[in-house]
Amino acid sequence: MSLVESVVALVEDERRKHAFARVRVIRLTLGALGHAEPEALRFCFDAISRGTIADGARLEIEITPGRGWCPDCGGVVALEEKFSDCPICGGFRVRLTAGDDLRLAEMEVE
Amino acid sequence: MMCTICGCEAPGIAGNPESERPRARAMKHDHRHQEAHAIAHAHDRHHHAGSEHAIDFGAGLAGVHLAGLSQERTIRIERDILSKNDAFAAANRSRLRKSGVFALNLVSSPGSGKTSLLVRAIVDLKDRWPIAVIEGDQQTSRDADRIRAAGAPAVQVNTGKGCHLDAHMVGHALDRLSPASGSLLFIENVGNLVCPAAFDLGEAHKVVVLSVTEGEDKPLKYPDMFAAADLMLLNKADLLPHLDFDMSACIAAALRVSPHIEIMTVSARTGDGLSGFYAWIEARASVMTELAGKRE
Repeated sequence: MSLVESVVALVEDERRKHAFARVRVIRLTLGALGHAEPEALRFCFDAISRGTIADGARLEIEITPGRGWCPDCGGVVALEEKFSDCPICGGFRVRLTAGDDLRLAEMEVE
Repeated sequence: MMCTICGCEAPGIAGNPESERPRARAMKHDHRHQEAHAIAHAHDRHHHAGSEHAIDFGAGLAGVHLAGLSQERTIRIERDILSKNDAFAAANRSRLRKSGVFALNLVSSPGSGKTSLLVRAIVDLKDRWPIAVIEGDQQTSRDADRIRAAGAPAVQVNTGKGCHLDAHMVGHALDRLSPASGSLLFIENVGNLVCPAAFDLGEAHKVVVLSVTEGEDKPLKYPDMFAAADLMLLNKADLLPHLDFDMSACIAAALRVSPHIEIMTVSARTGDGLSGFYAWIEARASVMTELAGKRE
């Protein structure tokens, strides 16, 4: 819920920079391995955006896949889980390189 | 119908809803949103100037109209959603560093014994350090009362519906508390192994408390928290003889999600193992002071 409040706060920030009256679409980039659940965000967004500048905006969420780098075998691998073993060599020191983003990417305003 | 792209049809409809002309204009407008669009607008304005259906292109939602520029636009932002919190956390961190306050953010599930651990630490350490405490709970000031009874100033932050402290709340608590220079600040987070992992408060280190009455696989189930912490305290060790807790499995699980985490077994009730925790605080705080000295 506080993540959605942060999104609305960032939108308010942008309104101070670029004058606009209404937000049509808000696009978030969300890592598949991040902490936020897209459905939970959507649910909270409806409740929290009411009465704010973001009221009525459509929330679009783009999921970025998880990727990691294994220092044991040097492989760049796709990750299904955050702290999983390296699928190539079985090492468990795989470092996450992508897939835990939580960003307000862009929005369409008028 | 108002054009959802620039809102330009709205004034026409307001002027005369039954008229054919706005509808015709709507068809003509067809909005492919290229240069033709702007030209069409300019054309309309020319023709209808002074007519009884005043058409004001400045009355769009953005309040302005420039030829060639639609009122709809896309703004690239690419800002981290936690960036607001992170900015508050950075401010807290620099403020704490300047005043030489060493802050620990204590996180755990509810009931792991954070407050008991703090009460014990305050009693043991209050002659060595000035100590201050920020207590986070959804409701009540029971924990802050316990801390004050142990002899340390405490500010209770009630998060209401919130499940974690954020850096903004901690900033306000610091205003209230204004810990003395060179003191030790414990921030007791809301009991929750999920959300507090994502919210930096400006602390020097996160310390995760796990009690041996919980499952040994918790580090695997809530990996974010254990990955974010620098020290894990395994509390309630005095109960180990009565439990089937697999200590080595727990340590293996913690090291798996966080290969650099330090682990200590303690009992807030008997005081066993706490000297190791105090030595860790001493060592880490002196590292912070040294780093701060070098930076100046």
